[in-house]
Amino acid sequence: MSWYLTLPLIIPFATAIVAFLMRGHAAGKWVSVAGSSAALLAAAALMQIVLAQGVLVGQMGQWAAPFGITLAADLLSAVMVLITAITGLAVAIYALGDIEERHAKLGYHALFQILLAGVTGAFLTGDLFNLYVWFEVMLIASFGLLILNGDKAQIDGGVKYVALNLISTILFLTGIGLLYGMTGTLNFADLAVKVDQVENEALLTVVAMMFMVAFGVKAAVFPLFFWLPAAYHTPSFSVSAVFAGLLTKVGVYALIRMFTMIFDHDIGYTHTILLWVACFTMVTGVLGAAAQSDFRKILSFHIISQIGYMILGLALMTPLAIVGAVFYLVHHIIVKANLFLIAGIAKRLTGSTEVFQIGGLYKSSPLLAVLFLIPAFSLAGFPPLSGFWAKYIIVKATLDLEMWLVAFIALAVGLMTIYSMTKIWAEAFWKPHPDGRDPALRTLQNRRALLLPVAGLSLLTVVIGLMPEPFVVFAERSAAQLLDPSAYITAVLGTTP
Amino acid sequence: MEQLLSVLIGVLVAASVYLMMGRNLLRFLFGLILLSNAANLTIFVAGRLTPGAPPLVPDGLDAPVGEVANALPQALVLTAIVIGFGLFAFALILMMRAYRSLGTLDTDEMRVAEPKDIG
Repeated sequence: MSWYLTLPLIIPFATAIVAFLMRGHAAGKWVSVAGSSAALLAAAALMQIVLAQGVLVGQMGQWAAPFGITLAADLLSAVMVLITAITGLAVAIYALGDIEERHAKLGYHALFQILLAGVTGAFLTGDLFNLYVWFEVMLIASFGLLILNGDKAQIDGGVKYVALNLISTILFLTGIGLLYGMTGTLNFADLAVKVDQVENEALLTVVAMMFMVAFGVKAAVFPLFFWLPAAYHTPSFSVSAVFAGLLTKVGVYALIRMFTMIFDHDIGYTHTILLWVACFTMVTGVLGAAAQSDFRKILSFHIISQIGYMILGLALMTPLAIVGAVFYLVHHIIVKANLFLIAGIAKRLTGSTEVFQIGGLYKSSPLLAVLFLIPAFSLAGFPPLSGFWAKYIIVKATLDLEMWLVAFIALAVGLMTIYSMTKIWAEAFWKPHPDGRDPALRTLQNRRALLLPVAGLSLLTVVIGLMPEPFVVFAERSAAQLLDPSAYITAVLGTTP
Repeated sequence: MEQLLSVLIGVLVAASVYLMMGRNLLRFLFGLILLSNAANLTIFVAGRLTPGAPPLVPDGLDAPVGEVANALPQALVLTAIVIGFGLFAFALILMMRAYRSLGTLDTDEMRVAEPKDIG
């Protein structure tokens, strides 16, 4: 058993227990920061090992692969664990200044760490049923975080979030049952081998579609996304940042994992549907964003449109497109979490998130304006920020396949993104505050805790943007691993397929 | 036995869809519980029903003797039941809170997070 695989899971759980015991204590929030820092170190160590040695596998309780519980980290898992840890630390620091004592007493920090543990587990698990278990760990923690304040809007959004996620969970479980009935295994590596031997391919495609819908709800793709804008603008800003950054991406990760390794038998059917889903997701998301006037609702709809790009990369299934999807996934988590954190600072300074009712941020807080522009431009795809490279690779992949219409949609959605970002910019930053309020950063309480993570994530965006090459090379290696899972299968099963 | 269980799963799904189509949240939750039981039974049936002995390995041997029941689906279903129980307990309490603070369980009238005039 490798400690590198289990530490990123054990640390957040241990932190959650300590944080829960100290929930009434002022040191509780520092426990969360310390735990997240330790998790970041563990994730970085895991990344280094995977880069050096290839796929890392751990069999729990020494049970050999298809029978026991397998934890496995290939490059994609490792980078997702690392980015989860980075986001987790950023939000934990932000929470020092954002979370009220009342919410800390209700157990905010413990729930937050359990959420991180669930997300990390979903990335590291090597079998389908454990993916379901980690999804549930993540879900139950997110339910708690979502309705922590207990006001009417949160309860209302929470009901819709809970209802739709439970349906997707049950669908996922049914899919697991049927797939087990057909193949007799639930281990990813074993499935990748055994799925090819299933005679009834049509039935397999049905199960593939069940998984597509189940993960589609989690990833918030068209037409299954409506729980997301109903719920994501209601909790505290730390919570919506971590939701926006990580939760939907777990669905995207599961889709990428399942539809590259296991369900690649009928690409003509399943991946054409994914292509349509991707295009509609991009368009509806960005149109929804254009129609909104609340800071967080605009950002929520942007999550949906950006998910479309990742699904597009998966749907095209060429090596370059998968590279784009992986790069996009990593870039998006950083940028999106950052934008929600900035929305939180803007709310503190101006008193509202309704963009028509606020303003004056550029004049009073130029630093915040710069920090907002970096992720906003990155999201819209301005060179040389990280989003430009992500979009460039995806669009290049569509052009290589001569799918002109899809490439046009992808570019047009980028332009529309700029439009709705301009709305935030013009209303919240450019025009003076309608009540004559002076939203200067120096008036902010706890401004170090709030600004530090925002600045750190913005810096990361700039670094990826200015030095994309190592990241692209990494995404290429990761995509190669996904498209040819033989190394993964060999590592897990111990035999060559 | 398989046929009987298949019919039972069908009836459960039909009943749950009927319940979930309504606008009342409590009915929706009951539908969800029936649906989750249908999913659990699906796993159970998919694991092949064998009227065999418990899968115990006798002393001194490496494998069980004779026909034994498949233990894996039972373990999966047991896990799923426990997880489902936790989720539904939470969902039920959430519905109660929703009824207390919103004053209704009619899904069409729950528009606090997305008011009609703006969205």
